[in-house]
Amino acid sequence: MTAAAITPRAKRAHRWRAVVWGVVGVLALAALWELYKLVGPADGWLVGAQEGVTGSGIRLLPRTSDQAMPHTWDMVARVIEPVTRAQGALPLGVVVLLAALTSLGIAALGWLVGVVVGFALALLMLGFRIAERAVLPFVILSQTVPLIALAPLIRNWGSRLEFGAFSWESWMSVVVIASYLAFFPVAVGALRGLQSPDAAHLDLMRSYAAGWWTTLFRLRMPASVPFLVPALRLAAANAVVGTVVAEISVGFTGGIGRLILETAVAASSDPAKPWAPILGAVLLGLVAAGFVALLAAFLSPFRRQETVA
Amino acid sequence: MSSPSPSTPAPEQTGATGMAGTAPAGAATDAATEAVVARGVERVFAGAKGAEVTALTGIELTVRAGEFVSLIGPSGCGKSTLLRLIADLDTPTAGEIRVFGKTAAQARIDQSYGIAFQQAGLLPWRTVAANIELPLQLHGADGATRRARVAELLDLVGLADFAKHYPDQLSGGMQQRVAIARSLAEQPRLLLMDEPFGALDEMTRERMQTELLRIRAETGAAVVFVTHSIPEAVYLSDRVVVMSPRPGRITDEVDVRLGDAADRGEDLREDAAFFAGVTAVREALHGAESAPAAGAARGVDVR
Repeated sequence: MTAAAITPRAKRAHRWRAVVWGVVGVLALAALWELYKLVGPADGWLVGAQEGVTGSGIRLLPRTSDQAMPHTWDMVARVIEPVTRAQGALPLGVVVLLAALTSLGIAALGWLVGVVVGFALALLMLGFRIAERAVLPFVILSQTVPLIALAPLIRNWGSRLEFGAFSWESWMSVVVIASYLAFFPVAVGALRGLQSPDAAHLDLMRSYAAGWWTTLFRLRMPASVPFLVPALRLAAANAVVGTVVAEISVGFTGGIGRLILETAVAASSDPAKPWAPILGAVLLGLVAAGFVALLAAFLSPFRRQETVA
Repeated sequence: MSSPSPSTPAPEQTGATGMAGTAPAGAATDAATEAVVARGVERVFAGAKGAEVTALTGIELTVRAGEFVSLIGPSGCGKSTLLRLIADLDTPTAGEIRVFGKTAAQARIDQSYGIAFQQAGLLPWRTVAANIELPLQLHGADGATRRARVAELLDLVGLADFAKHYPDQLSGGMQQRVAIARSLAEQPRLLLMDEPFGALDEMTRERMQTELLRIRAETGAAVVFVTHSIPEAVYLSDRVVVMSPRPGRITDEVDVRLGDAADRGEDLREDAAFFAGVTAVREALHGAESAPAAGAARGVDVR
């Protein structure tokens, strides 16, 4: 029922089982990949292809050639090899990790900006009924604008910003786009959470002659945590996706998004290479999710649900 | 559960929280010997399409300091609304309410009353001790004072061993006791209670009633108690105020006063005076029933 009911020992066993199952899951995926590669047709399976016409027909099963589906061990081996044949080139894995770290920093910044903006909007909407009616439709509308349309606009506007020693860098555009995707779940989730205390609790705070801010800090904010944690997790996922996509559309070099694009170009001669940055992006997402889980653990006292008396 | 202990000093004499305007319990030294005075109070709610619903009309009520008054009546008679008006959680559309000679709003700001609702309304992320501490914390009492007062209150409601528990680890009765302890935190001379035992089972309910009588004897606070149970009202009260709906108004008052609060025990429930009180209140309620709004007393719980 509650966390207190589980003994530490059972908890540790539970954690180990989770790790084991995670590893089993990854291995199973690799095995499935190899199995299909083994039994699947090398050229895939085309339906209705015309003789001598390339690109005709519908491919129902993907190709299993080393070109299209490199062996999983080749992918792993490629990670250790140098990124290019140039003298002193770093191993691909290191390059991917560095790029992922750069992207992680940008995503984290975007997430932070998104959370702050989202929470501020939620507070504004909480404080003023009019603001809720005026702002909420735009908050929802903002998410229907396609990212591809937005990226050049932001880069364009940003590049016109210039005061003193400050000049707009392309990573800033990436941060803005990542935060643009991250703020939405926070704004909506935080608003719901801040509005979640029931009338009896609000009456109680009023009977204590507590003002708006006191009620906010002592009642509304703690009560919003169960709604806020899933919103923060969504925001983290959005920030990572936003960063990867924005890096490509803004043209920011040094991040994982750009690396995916660059290695994809090399796919024909080096088929195992593009998979490394893709795995790097997955790793990035996992780290972001882990970070939010850590944050949620700190907030766990606020996630107790009140049982009905 | 701790037994009544008249020898221990009432919490009013110990561990002062430094709140302004807190006089010793039961002492009529204050200029206002009336805890609550309501004069011609009316509350009209605006309904749909300009229709008006009169929740309360012509309410005249006086609760003396240290007196236990129950408001009883069927659902919709406005007893909870009246309590909310006294607590300044709502404002009357006409008439005036004074609490200890102050306006209801001033009394709320001065923390002249403590309040408990049907749902315990504890904050789930706070421990029992932290929940009781909440009003003291909000009003800036220092840490040592807060700890001392919380320990006292935990003893008073017999939950000293549960200070570090969370509300979801407590039974409904225990949660309600925490809520009562919290309402007593600021040593109010007036307690407002809106069906605090309404959600409890009958056994727990009877135990809590006796508990409340003991606490009240120790603190000497006046109590306004909303209920729809006749035996509960008779057992607890000095005076039972009978209300009737459409429009909500006071139709009768029954003096019960079954002896000193501290002396009332479980055996009182089988006493002839208790049954006489129950009969008197029931007849008062049925008298209201034969009034224009027929069937009004149907919602009354005759447990």
